[in-house]
This record gives sequence, C-alpha cells and structure tokens, in this order.
Amino acid sequence: MSPLKYILQKEFKQIFRDPAIIRVIFILPIIQLIILPLAADYEIKNINIAIVDRDHSPSSNRLIHTITSSNYFRLVEYSSDFNKAMQGIDNDKADLILELPRGFESELYAQKETKVFLAVNAINGVKANLGATYLRNIVQNFNNDFRISVLTPGRFNDLPVIETTSSNWYNPRMNYTFFMVPGILVLLITMIGLNLSAINIVREKEIGTIEQINVTPIRKTHFILGKLIPFWILGLVVITIGFLIAWLVYGIIPLGSYLTIYVFAAVYLLVILGLGLLISTYAENQQQAMLISFFLLMIFILMGGLYTSIDSMPEWAQWITRFNPVAYFIEVMRRVVLKGSGLADIRQPLLIMFCFAVAINYWAVLSYRKRS
Amino acid sequence: MEKFVSDKAAIVVSSVSKSYTTGKTVVKALDDISFEVERGSLFGLIGPDGAGKTTLFRILTSLLLFDKGQAMVDGFDVTTGYKAIRKRIGYMPGRFSLYTDLTVQENLNFFASIFETTIEENYDLIKAIYAQIEPFKDRRAGKLSGGMKQKLALSCALIHRPSVLFLDEPTTGVDAVSRKEFWDMLQTLKQEGITILVSTPYMDEANLCDKVALIQAGKILGINTPANITQQFPKTIYQVRNNHMHALLQEAKQWPFTEQIYPFGEYHHVVIRPGAAEPVFPPGIEAGRIHPGIEDVFIDLMRDHEQ
Repeated sequence: MSPLKYILQKEFKQIFRDPAIIRVIFILPIIQLIILPLAADYEIKNINIAIVDRDHSPSSNRLIHTITSSNYFRLVEYSSDFNKAMQGIDNDKADLILELPRGFESELYAQKETKVFLAVNAINGVKANLGATYLRNIVQNFNNDFRISVLTPGRFNDLPVIETTSSNWYNPRMNYTFFMVPGILVLLITMIGLNLSAINIVREKEIGTIEQINVTPIRKTHFILGKLIPFWILGLVVITIGFLIAWLVYGIIPLGSYLTIYVFAAVYLLVILGLGLLISTYAENQQQAMLISFFLLMIFILMGGLYTSIDSMPEWAQWITRFNPVAYFIEVMRRVVLKGSGLADIRQPLLIMFCFAVAINYWAVLSYRKRS
Repeated sequence: MEKFVSDKAAIVVSSVSKSYTTGKTVVKALDDISFEVERGSLFGLIGPDGAGKTTLFRILTSLLLFDKGQAMVDGFDVTTGYKAIRKRIGYMPGRFSLYTDLTVQENLNFFASIFETTIEENYDLIKAIYAQIEPFKDRRAGKLSGGMKQKLALSCALIHRPSVLFLDEPTTGVDAVSRKEFWDMLQTLKQEGITILVSTPYMDEANLCDKVALIQAGKILGINTPANITQQFPKTIYQVRNNHMHALLQEAKQWPFTEQIYPFGEYHHVVIRPGAAEPVFPPGIEAGRIHPGIEDVFIDLMRDHEQ
C-alpha cells in the first residue's frame, strides 16, 4: 500500500478534528457571500442633497419633486439661503447643493434658458461624482420634458440633438450581484485555500512533528501531496457551497456549464494551495506564514479586477496582474457565469493556470527540505 | 550504496564539527568530535544544556548537515547514505513531537504504516512499553501525562524495529519512578541487540550506561565506562559539612590544600590539590574522604576545560 494513503488518512483525521477549520470552511463562505455582496453594491443611494430655492415657483417645485422622488436623493436641507446649505456640507450632512436662482421659472419661459448651480462635497469622491451625474441627468430630463410641454412642435428640432441609448449585453439589467457574487466566491476560496495551506506545514514545524516525520523514509512528494489533496477537496466543497448560496440567495445560475468552472477551479486551487505550501516551507512560524499570505492576498484582491477594472490600471500594474491567479479566475468566472463561455473559450487562461500550478508545486517540493 | 562492513561499531563519528552563524557571531556547536559506539551497547552522552548534544543527534539522524568530518550510522555514511539510515534508525527528539490531535493508537499506526510495517508485526518488541499505555489507546496523545507521552514516543520510535535508537534527553521532565522504569526498558531493548545512544543532563543516569562520553561546549571531555571514569580519577575528594554551610564555602576556598569546592547536596565537596599533604580540617567541621562520583569527575573536567 502506498504511504500516501496513510498520510492522507492522517491529514483528514486532523482536519476534521479541528473545529476551527470546520467553522472556517462552512460558516465563513455562508456569511461572506450573504453579507459582502450587499456591502459591495456600486449603486449609490441615499445621497444627501441640500437645495437652495430662491425662486419658489411651480417649476422649481416640480424639479425638486422630481429629484426627491428618484430614490437616490435624500433632501436634508431646504432653504433660500446658500450659507445655510453650505453649513450642511461643512458638517458633512449634505453631499450636494443645488441652487435654483431667483427668476428660474420666468427666465425659462422668457429666454428659454436658465442656469442652476451645483456644488459637490468631494470628500467621498465616488459618491460625489455619481451624485452629480445622477443630478445632471435629472435636470436634463426635466429640461426635455419642459421643451415638450411648452415649446411648439414646429420649433422643436431647430437644434440638432444626439441622444445616446445603451443596452447592457450579458447582464441586461446591470444587476451588480451577477458580477460581484461570483467574484467574491473566487476571493473566498483563495483566502481559505491560501491560509489553510500556508499554516499547515508551519504548524508541524512549530509543534516539532516535522522532526519525527523527517527521520522517516517518507518521500517529499508524498508529504507535499498529502498536504495538498485534502485542501484541494475542501476547496471544491467550498465552491459548491458558494454556488448553492449564489443560487438560493441571489438566483444566480451560470449561463455556461458548472463543469467548465470546476475544471478551471480544480487547476486554480492547485496554484493557490501550492503557493500556500511554498510559504509554509519557507516560514518558520505561523505568524510569519500568516503575514506573508495576508500580504499576497491584499495584492491579489486589489489587483484582481473585482473592485477596480484591470483595463484602467497603468500598464506596469496590468503586467503585475498577469501573474495574479485571482485575476484569471475572476475573469473566467464572469465569462462563464454571465456570458456562457465554454472550455474552448477559456483554454488560454486555463493553460496559463496549469503552468502556474506545475511551476509552483515543483518549487514547493524542492524547497521543502528534510535536512537543514 | 556501499555498506561498510563493521561488526563492532554501530556509530562512528570522526572529527565532526558544526557551527551556527547567528548574525555576525559564529557559535561552535560541535568542535572536532570523535567517538565510536559498539553494536548492541548503551552509550550515554552526558552534558549540560547547550553542550551540543541535540546538534549531534540531529546530525546522526540525518536531519542536519555538518561542516567537517565524517559520521557513520549502522555502516552508512550520514551524508550520502541518509536514505538507508532513515529506514533503520529510531529517533525520539527531546521535545514531544507526535501528533497531539491523534490518539495513541493512531499515532502508533501511522508511524508503523509509513515504515511499511504493522503494530502486530513488531508487537513483541514494544509490548513491555506499549502494554502500559494500551488502556489509553483511544486517548489523544496531547492529553497524556508526561510519562505516558514518553512511552508512546518510545513505542513509535521502535515500531519499525530499528537497529540504532537515538534518545535525546528522554527523561527530562519525567518523575523519578517513570525515569527508573524507562531505564529498565532500555536495558531490555539492549538485550534485543539494539544499539542505543542516549543523552541526559542527569549524572545518576550515567551509571546505567555501558559507556559514557562527557560533553561540554561542543567538545568531548572524556569517554569511558562509568566505573573506569570514577576509578581513574586521580584526585582525592572530601565531603565537608558544618552548621554554617554558606560561610564554609567561602572559608574553604582559603585552605591551602583546596583546589576546588562546590556544594553537593547536604555536603560541600572539596577537591584536594594534587601533591598537597594529608588535609587537616579546622575543628567543628565534619569531614570524610569519599569515592568520586561521575558528577565530581565531570565538574573537574569542565573546570580544566574552561582553563
């Protein structure tokens, strides 16, 4: 009988006897997948707006009503004094100020044009930017409606107008959970896989069992495989749990086949676990291993294309992402889940992952030394 | 792998040196060590903490590479024949290093199976030891008492019937009764033809070895049978005592015949300067000549070595 079988037996016993590992594997994905996508919503709601209305006319009222009924804005200050509104920004109570000047309505009717003033609190850049854009859209719509209702049809098209309409392919309703949840699932198995494998050999070093193992005729490859295989299986279990939650909670069913995802995930996990074991063979204690894997995770996640688009990074950063396994998996995941890509479509990233897996695990076996 | 035919020596160490570099300082853990251990004998390495005992063990068990010299275990060179050596040695590190989250039986089974053997096959060898912990075979190893951990570790080191057994401070932190039991077991294993190299900081255990090597600061101070070591000690030793032991220690240093004095249990031991006349002790002091023990020899050798 191969010694590998006994090593695997031992590893599985140890894993299932460690209540912390079981908790990490089953509870962590459930909580993360339910909470994180809600927090990672890109749509900005609850933008606090202060309106300075110097006109108090039916038209200004209608515009204010349109704004507040849009669900995006929350009216926190309504006055005719700009300084009061500015105070709202100073106190961080308001994100935007919209000022409607005196004569807003009369100018609109008499001169067919008027101006409104928009002030943005740029401390929270994303909120300010999006808020201003939303508001501009609303004002523009208001403008169009006004033209239709007031101006005579004959003079309507005096000025050429280009209007853009867009349709969102692969995610028609731009449901953010469709691209966030699969991405978060990738981060999740990366975190679990990297941390568990990084700690494992180090723990044997810390409690001294590695000494006892090293004087036995166990082969290095068997030892490393014995560490790799259990976590590989656990990783696939975590993905399965993740997809179950994605389906039950968010109704996400990949457009492509699960098989495609599992094939890629199987190779991907070998890369992540191999990396963890590599850290493990170099680190001397669990603290070192945790710090290194945490550092790598930060880079993997922030440069993985989940939160920020890789295409908008500077070129050198894009080069780094080519060595980031997370970036490959997130891209593949989205392609399969949203676009329905098959194995043939993802063969290039799959091949790259395979090369990573071979190289990293070979390195891990080499760097694990039974003698010092 | 060429096997060196040597029926007499199971372990041959010749001129082995090993130093560690920490920062800019180089510490010599082993300095030109040489000795031989006869096949089937019980050899003791006696020395204080930090003497280099564990380093030597790790070299002989193929865990550590060394700088200079040559070492052979059971006919195989430690550097080149480590694969063969790992199949035929048993090692019990100073620190308990079995899996604490596995049960007694699982640990034993695991180590048996990675040596491609079974508990049943070699049960007769470990029976005397394992029988004592067998009632607790379903208990996690981490929950065992110190003495029981020791027995489990010894069982695991023996389960593949090694020809050479390395025990690094096996009795440190173990109670007196378990210590005695443990040494009785070693005598039994010797009968089975297993060569045993054991290290200990306890001098009283030295008397139970066939041969001892006194080791201090990476150097071997002397190798002999315990009886010869004490018999060949050339100096005379008196034990002295009075009501003011602390003052006596200071006072005795001034006596003309005193070469060295140190506390030893209820007495102080006074080593007489070679060539000095028959010592005459001041009144009020209870004094008597004694046979030197291994400890006395060791303390004397250490002192010579330091000078």
